[in-house]
Amino acid sequence: MKNKRASKVTFFVILALILLLTYTAFFGVQDYYGDIRNVKIKSAADIRWGIDIRGGVEAVFAPDLLQSDISDEDMEAAQAIIDTRLVNQGITDYEIYTDKENNQIVVRFPWAADDDSFDPAQAVAGLGETAELTFCKGSTYDANAVLFTGKHVSKATASYVSTQMKDGSEYSGYVVNLELDETAADIFAKTTTELASSNGSIAISMDGNVLSAPTVNDPITDGHAMITNPGFTAETAQDLANKINAGALPFSLTVDDSKLSIVSATLGANALNVMVIAGAIAFGMVCLLMILRYRLHGVVASIALLGQLAGSVAAISGYFPGTSGFTLTVPGIAGIILSIGVGVDCNVIAAERIRDEFKNGKTIDGAISSGFSNSLSAIIDGNVTIVIVALVLMGSFGTSGLLINKLFSLIFGASIAGSIYSFGYTLLVGVIFNLIMGVLFSKWMYKSISQFKCLRKPWLYGGVKND
Amino acid sequence: MTKKNFTIDFNKGLKKVLIGYAAVILVGVVIACLFGVKLDINFKGGTVISYNYHYDDANGVADIDTEAVKTMVTEKLSADATVTKSSAIATDAYTLTVSLVKNESVDTAAMESLTEALQEKYADNKVTLYSSTSVSPSLAGVFFLKSLAAVLLTGILVVIYVGIRFRKIGGITAGLTSLAALMLDVLVSFFTCVIFRLQVDSNYIAVVLTILGYSLNDTIVVYDSVREFKRLEPQLTTAQLVNKSLNRVKVRNLVTTTTTVLAVGTIIVVAELYGLASLRTFAIPMAFGLLSGCVSSLFVSAPLWVLWRNKLDAKKTA
Repeated sequence: MKNKRASKVTFFVILALILLLTYTAFFGVQDYYGDIRNVKIKSAADIRWGIDIRGGVEAVFAPDLLQSDISDEDMEAAQAIIDTRLVNQGITDYEIYTDKENNQIVVRFPWAADDDSFDPAQAVAGLGETAELTFCKGSTYDANAVLFTGKHVSKATASYVSTQMKDGSEYSGYVVNLELDETAADIFAKTTTELASSNGSIAISMDGNVLSAPTVNDPITDGHAMITNPGFTAETAQDLANKINAGALPFSLTVDDSKLSIVSATLGANALNVMVIAGAIAFGMVCLLMILRYRLHGVVASIALLGQLAGSVAAISGYFPGTSGFTLTVPGIAGIILSIGVGVDCNVIAAERIRDEFKNGKTIDGAISSGFSNSLSAIIDGNVTIVIVALVLMGSFGTSGLLINKLFSLIFGASIAGSIYSFGYTLLVGVIFNLIMGVLFSKWMYKSISQFKCLRKPWLYGGVKND
Repeated sequence: MTKKNFTIDFNKGLKKVLIGYAAVILVGVVIACLFGVKLDINFKGGTVISYNYHYDDANGVADIDTEAVKTMVTEKLSADATVTKSSAIATDAYTLTVSLVKNESVDTAAMESLTEALQEKYADNKVTLYSSTSVSPSLAGVFFLKSLAAVLLTGILVVIYVGIRFRKIGGITAGLTSLAALMLDVLVSFFTCVIFRLQVDSNYIAVVLTILGYSLNDTIVVYDSVREFKRLEPQLTTAQLVNKSLNRVKVRNLVTTTTTVLAVGTIIVVAELYGLASLRTFAIPMAFGLLSGCVSSLFVSAPLWVLWRNKLDAKKTA
């Protein structure tokens, strides 16, 4: 590859890619059936804004039990589960207080991005559900014949299957796969062996409502169970899996309707506009500075930075298939800004290096080539340290299921400060996109654009103008 | 280009820069002793009191001014408070939330006196007590501990990483001196909060961790250059290597810091123009921490490392 001249086309291919990503990330792809907006690709307008920017709901949850029956540990466990449920919904910016004297949990969280009704009762629906998954013999739920509960499910995942069921029928649709722990796998194996001979069935229920009651034809001994339900969509199956993973509450919680209220944006109504203005000005200034100092490389760097910004927006809005959106808060926006700073840094390191090499008498191609390769180690090491910071932040303040998070919750129990989690997330995706845009794409674009005869003037590369 | 490249002897600046840092820290400590440090409810625990009130602009009942309530709370309960307003949907009532940062719960008598004072001052608004919730300091303590642990863990992981990546030039010592420089940056951002009378809240932890990553990034660029020069010119002393490297990366440090501070500065300016206070506790300590990071990575981290290496080398030859 060395000394091989880059193709002129590369620059335009990457430029087109970045512009496409930028356009679709900001504006999305959608069509309209009359008044109904059908979102194909989520845009910046689909971002769920934090409570500080767009306001939200405040709800007070209280257990349906006598005060004397509630222990502090149960209240803490309940808070941890509500924490997890909120994070699973992509809500990371929330405040949660447990008041142990009055045995209530106060939660404040932002509106969903597509919530135009601003109905708090609807927004909190489901949060206080017990969400106890039960397995019973027979085809109906029987509280007295529970084999085991969701506590013994080590992992639940949603997937799409199209398969011949064991009873011979065809099933194609969404399912929730359950991995059982040893205790449950044992019971499940025994029960299914016993039921297989009589073609009996097993009812899997959530809070007493039967989700699925398949007939058992063969013993299942591998500790895997599946919940099938013709009514599942991708979304409901994922919701159910999340709910099972989050765990059951020690008691059902009800919302005190009289204390349900709307919280206005703590920053004021125009906070969002202000942030967008500040972001646009800052971005423009950064690009201007880069172009003034690094000329042609500055132009390339600005394009790469635009790509990085679009990538961050896409990762937050849920643009990529299979990812859910993420609440964007003020610290989250700051995380984007800082990752842009890191992106600028990586371009600056490379550009300074190339300038030096060029001034020291190398040819344009030679300077670009060796400049990029000589600056790579510093860029990688710098980015890895930022990734470490972002991971520790996400791990200590989120329930993303990262190993590091499990470590932290072992030490301190699960407590979350959503806004910090949001900051870690935007920083992490920003750095990842920087590695793609700022390191790879930037290099390819610069190598390619420097092949144009009209652009081979030394001053464009940091040399003297009238040369 | 005829412009001559200026060279700075960075190793000589260590003492002066450290004196500068000491001065900033001293000022911060004095102010902290005199006026105290403003801590967020998340760190210290406290009480959240909510009031319902009525407000109807059309009929001459003006909205309650949160700043005035804040002053009233300080007078009645001698505690710092955050005051926010929100509106309920079920009724036309509005809610006023007073968050008090205090170690112990507010006693009922004090709360009643505040309620009475509010009712008296805003008679037309029909203020009624609606709920009071205590945030236990134990929970707050957990948050603080966790933040501390996150900072520590990041530090340890980064030293390990730097140790491995820079093992050829003695990476662990390099990692540790950069941590020392980081401590200075963190202190500067902390005392920025103290000096500007900003509340230390959960944003601050994010600030600390960002500065940590940022300043380390600066330092790593320096060590990367040291590593390269050492390979090219192994005959140079550690002091010469470091000085050569610092002179090479100084422009990059300056450009990067300028752009980032410019971006953060834009946030500060726009936030101030629109009075977005929640950004203030984030952006201001961040800006000063970043500036400090630029200075400390050039004048403290690497020169300190030179001193340490020289001590180690002296020991070896002795």
